Amino acid sequence: MASTETVLKPDHQAKRKHFIFTDEHEALRESIRSFVLKELTPHAEEWEETTFPDSVFTRMGELGFLGLDKPEAYGGQGGDYYTSLVLAEEIVKANSGGLAMGVAVHTDMAMPPILAFGSEEQKQEWVVPAIKGEKILCIGITEPDAGSDVAGIKTRAVKDGDGYLINGSKTYITNGLRADVIVLVTKTDADAGYDGFTLFLVPMDAPGVIREKKLEKLGMHASDTALLAFQDVRVPESAVLGQVGKGFYNIMWELQGERLIGAAGCVAGAQRTFERTLEYANERKAFGRSIGHFQVIRHKFAEMATKIESARQMVYVTAWRFANGEYPVREISMAKLHAARVAVEVADECIQIHGGAGYMREYGVERAWRDARLNRIGAGTDEIMLDVIGRSYGL
Amino acid sequence: MSATPPFTDEHEELRSSVRGFIERELSPDAQSWEAEEWFPDEVFAKLAGQGLLGLKYPAEYGGEGGDYLHEAVLVEELARIGSGGTAAGIGAHVNIATPPIWKFGSEEQKQRYLAPAIRGEKIGALGITEPDAGSDVASLRTTATRVDGGFLVNGSKTYITNGVRAHFIVTAVKTTAEGGHNGISFLIIDRGEGVSSSKLRKLGWNASDTATISFEDVFVGQENLLGPLHEGFKLIMANFQWERLAMALGAVGAMQLAYERTAQYARERTAFGRPIAKHQAIRHKLADLAASAHTARCVTYDALRRFCAGEQALREVTIAKLVTQRACFELMDECLQIHGGAGYMREYWVERAARDARLGPIGGGSDEIMREILGRLLDL
Ligand SMILES: Cc1cc2nc3c(=O)[nH]c(=O)nc-3n(C[C@H](O)[C@H](O)[C@H](O)COP(=O)(O)OP(=O)(O)OC[C@H]3O[C@@H](n4cnc5c(N)ncnc54)[C@H](O)[C@@H]3O)c2cc1C
Ligand SMILES: Cc1cc2nc3c(=O)[nH]c(=O)nc-3n(C[C@H](O)[C@H](O)[C@H](O)COP(=O)(O)OP(=O)(O)OC[C@H]3O[C@@H](n4cnc5c(N)ncnc54)[C@H](O)[C@@H]3O)c2cc1C
Repeated sequence: MASTETVLKPDHQAKRKHFIFTDEHEALRESIRSFVLKELTPHAEEWEETTFPDSVFTRMGELGFLGLDKPEAYGGQGGDYYTSLVLAEEIVKANSGGLAMGVAVHTDMAMPPILAFGSEEQKQEWVVPAIKGEKILCIGITEPDAGSDVAGIKTRAVKDGDGYLINGSKTYITNGLRADVIVLVTKTDADAGYDGFTLFLVPMDAPGVIREKKLEKLGMHASDTALLAFQDVRVPESAVLGQVGKGFYNIMWELQGERLIGAAGCVAGAQRTFERTLEYANERKAFGRSIGHFQVIRHKFAEMATKIESARQMVYVTAWRFANGEYPVREISMAKLHAARVAVEVADECIQIHGGAGYMREYGVERAWRDARLNRIGAGTDEIMLDVIGRSYGL
Repeated sequence: MSATPPFTDEHEELRSSVRGFIERELSPDAQSWEAEEWFPDEVFAKLAGQGLLGLKYPAEYGGEGGDYLHEAVLVEELARIGSGGTAAGIGAHVNIATPPIWKFGSEEQKQRYLAPAIRGEKIGALGITEPDAGSDVASLRTTATRVDGGFLVNGSKTYITNGVRAHFIVTAVKTTAEGGHNGISFLIIDRGEGVSSSKLRKLGWNASDTATISFEDVFVGQENLLGPLHEGFKLIMANFQWERLAMALGAVGAMQLAYERTAQYARERTAFGRPIAKHQAIRHKLADLAASAHTARCVTYDALRRFCAGEQALREVTIAKLVTQRACFELMDECLQIHGGAGYMREYWVERAARDARLGPIGGGSDEIMREILGRLLDL
């Protein structure tokens, strides 16, 4: 029994882990964190200029970090869903949003549909080496004329003898320059509505696949984002991923897992920026005291902490439901929307608290904002999340 | 369209000629200047060729003999360059570095600095902020000690716009041991022995050379003391008004342009079978942006009108600075959002505009400092 005194004393240092995590998760967290801090963080600045090297994949593959929640049969660790949440949270400490995104696209966007819908042969061909980090994956949904409106894509796959002929273009494709294979969303039947889409696994070295351009961006500089063209790309029947005509539904399913992992990364990123800024506010002085001691600055921290905590709880509870077999699209959309907003708001407020320093590259907060800003656009914009949530009430 | 007060038709004529000049001579290169993180010094000469560096200055120094309203036109139009950094470099020269010389300088100083600055031959910077003194200006530490015939300056300044290219730096220094409100003076420091600059990389304003400048035993002659000894704090305060109004005007210009471009994008970009502007949520966002741009303009023009009529307008100017800088960044951020993935790409103008706009709530006195000032003005 706690005495009255201990009960009444607020315990801000309490470090009990969240109920979704076990000791094994915490041990995993430790090992990912030390890898990240030792092998990734020191290169973050350099990789902003050059993009991160492919060797990050091989190294993470060696350590087993690319298949944490993937089946052991394909070289994965066979862990639960939370293990990938732990990765998303800890990789943030690399201070490189672009790196985190490149890895997440590989493990949580492109790999799940192959595992879920792929043939045994496809899994052996792509998932096994992908978990080892020897093959890199990307996913192609967005096109120059269709992003939010996935059904509006124009890339066509036409039956041609015993295979298909693919024509079209994809843009904003993460890992688009380095990838060995693309999970490609195409239209196979223009008249079939939502039943007219098909996924393909297209090797990026197939004749007719053109990496047209590396795109320059606001943030996520460590990541390669590409504009791709597909000109008369011939693939065999065996390149179809899942069933012909089921592509739209499959991709909508894929987006859910990705969104939640993205949300977890947002929360962890916000937390990190918060902590760095807290340190700054304790050190920086104006008018004879540390700026953290001005009430408005103190309240800014209080607001940020409250927002971060609300987003974290949303992510964890939604992850708990997801891990227990539910498919909570509404809550996932809410978590994605809220966490992305919180990440951007926190980064912006941290820039403000840094004053002029916040505007300088040297301090890294401006980069935190530039990187975080993607989350309100990528993997479904805020407006699309609002639409999904609103429609879930029959509106 | 007739002119919006306080502007008259005469100002609108000036506006269209300035706009034409900017679109012809500056905008085409803006993107490459942003990428190179530098705009060429000739920009000053080009502007001078059009009389644009001396709009508010008297003819005897080569100025156009106009007033603040003429300059307001220029400042608002600078947004059309499409490079916040270039606008900032020009702005630092005309809005903050040269006005103290005009207002407080000796005749000789005006001939030596103001006249060549108006001709675009000498570029100026204003050096107040230091690594350990930003919002808290009075705590600055750069010292000027008396020596035979002048001063010896030691210390450093940071975040100084035009800090690499400037030929002269209008610098706030401590002239008493205590410094503070009664111990700060201004010196015009020429680039020369003991003055060194290092450029800083930033979120935005990339074409502008923001720098840390250090002074090591820099000798400054007595003739370069600007205004009365130990009364520099008043000089700082005197100039803030125009600097902040200029920032508000810059925001007004940038907001209008960004709104127009984004509305156009939303009319053309389609999703789910119609232009995105036809989705109600986007239409309402754009309506809010139009309202915000208009509000910013009204608040700013009100402060401008008072300022030009000779009122001190401390409250109105402070409000204009506070309201417009945040609003401008938020508008840019929303424009970025409306562009979707394209908004995140360098190829489009909008991510640059958002990065540039983020300076507003920090520079020229942060939002928090504006609220502090307002609080005091409101007797709180
Ligand atoms: C850095 C980066 C990496 C990316 N990586 C990938 C990747 O690996 N693979 C991939 O396939 N894609 C990727 N994307 C693309 C991303 O998913 C899309 O940019 C996003 O879905 C938005 O699509 P869009 O850019 O076409 O915007 P649009 O769909 O053109 O949207 C423009 C605006 O209209 C709004 N809007 C659209 N429809 C509606 C509506 N019905 N109601 C209200 N508002 C609406 C949007 O919210 C947005 O504000 C990436 C994007 C970026 C920026
Ligand atoms: C791109 C750029 C260009 C610039 N150009 C110039 C230039 O040409 N010349 C020049 O002299 N300066 C220039 N500046 C400096 C600018 O004016 C300062 O950065 C600004 O005044 C803030 O000072 P600071 O950076 O020291 O922030 P700090 O004073 O350290 O402030 C840090 C945070 O504390 C807050 N804060 C401070 N005091 C209080 C308080 N009392 N109550 C509540 N909150 C408070 C601030 O609002 C801010 O959020 C420039 C800055 C930038 C970024």
